Amino acid sequence: MQFVLNGESTEMSAGSTIQDVVNTMEVGTKRYAVECNEEIVPRSLHTKTAVQQGDQIEIVVAIGGG
Amino acid sequence: MIEDSKLVVAGMEFGSRLLVGTGKYKDHEETRLAIEASGAEIVTVAIRRTNIGQNPDEPNLLDVISPDKYTILPNTAGCYTAKDAVRTCRLARELLDGHKLVKLEVLGDDKTLFPDIPETLIAAEELVKDGFDVMVYTSDDPLIARRLSEIGCVSVMPLAAPIGSGLGIRNPYNIITIIEEALVPIIVDAGVGTASDAAIAMELGCDGVLMNTAIAAAKHPILMASAMKKGIEAGREAFLAGRMPRKRFASASSPIEGTIF
Repeated sequence: MQFVLNGESTEMSAGSTIQDVVNTMEVGTKRYAVECNEEIVPRSLHTKTAVQQGDQIEIVVAIGGG
Repeated sequence: MIEDSKLVVAGMEFGSRLLVGTGKYKDHEETRLAIEASGAEIVTVAIRRTNIGQNPDEPNLLDVISPDKYTILPNTAGCYTAKDAVRTCRLARELLDGHKLVKLEVLGDDKTLFPDIPETLIAAEELVKDGFDVMVYTSDDPLIARRLSEIGCVSVMPLAAPIGSGLGIRNPYNIITIIEEALVPIIVDAGVGTASDAAIAMELGCDGVLMNTAIAAAKHPILMASAMKKGIEAGREAFLAGRMPRKRFASASSPIEGTIF
């Protein structure tokens, strides 16, 4: 299954969840947020939401800025 | 001594009228020390994609600038459309467990980083409707400032000069007009270069000043953070004290009577 993760084409096995995708990102203990096809995926749904072919997923963190 | 009121934004009270950013510092330690020296209670952060293969042990900005200690103000820096700004705010709210306070900035041009006002107005309306407390970066146009407060933004933040320029307050008369008509706190956002610029903003009657580069790009950021804190306090006290009227000619400080000649 192919999808786009933070702007890059990514391949994972079918049935992977948002949480599986997050686990590949090594976010460590950082706070993060996930958007799928421009909609927020609440943290409580990460393990329950399956990624679909062609999804556009964004995972963001807070960094220094003004 | 006149007891100063607190800065109140979205129903929250703040003792400091200096708001600071966390960009452009050498490392997290310098960020932490500068923010501590500034005395700021509201601290801005940016929202960005995580990088694949990023070091998971890398210190996290939000461990250094803890949301337990500071009011985190996520910004929409880098957004050029209302849509991207709204998406960024929603991600920030999710990231910060439902935190509603955001700094909206929709840029129009990467040379000036001036705000795109039509897009800013669209984003502000949508965010207010969606329950956000919006502090909005805008131009120093009093009519736009009024419109943004009517939309329901909790603070209007006109620029003093272009972001990161350090040019100081380029149009104090517009800032005064914005302050005179204000329905919400007016915070000068962007353009100050040194402590006297911050003091001037406060002497004009601004409710606060938000800055990043003026501290981070100083030769000694931590010392400049402390200078900014004092500049803000001095300017605020001078505003409350009410300056003497300007006169064209001299007025002797010592009495004329009783001279020995």
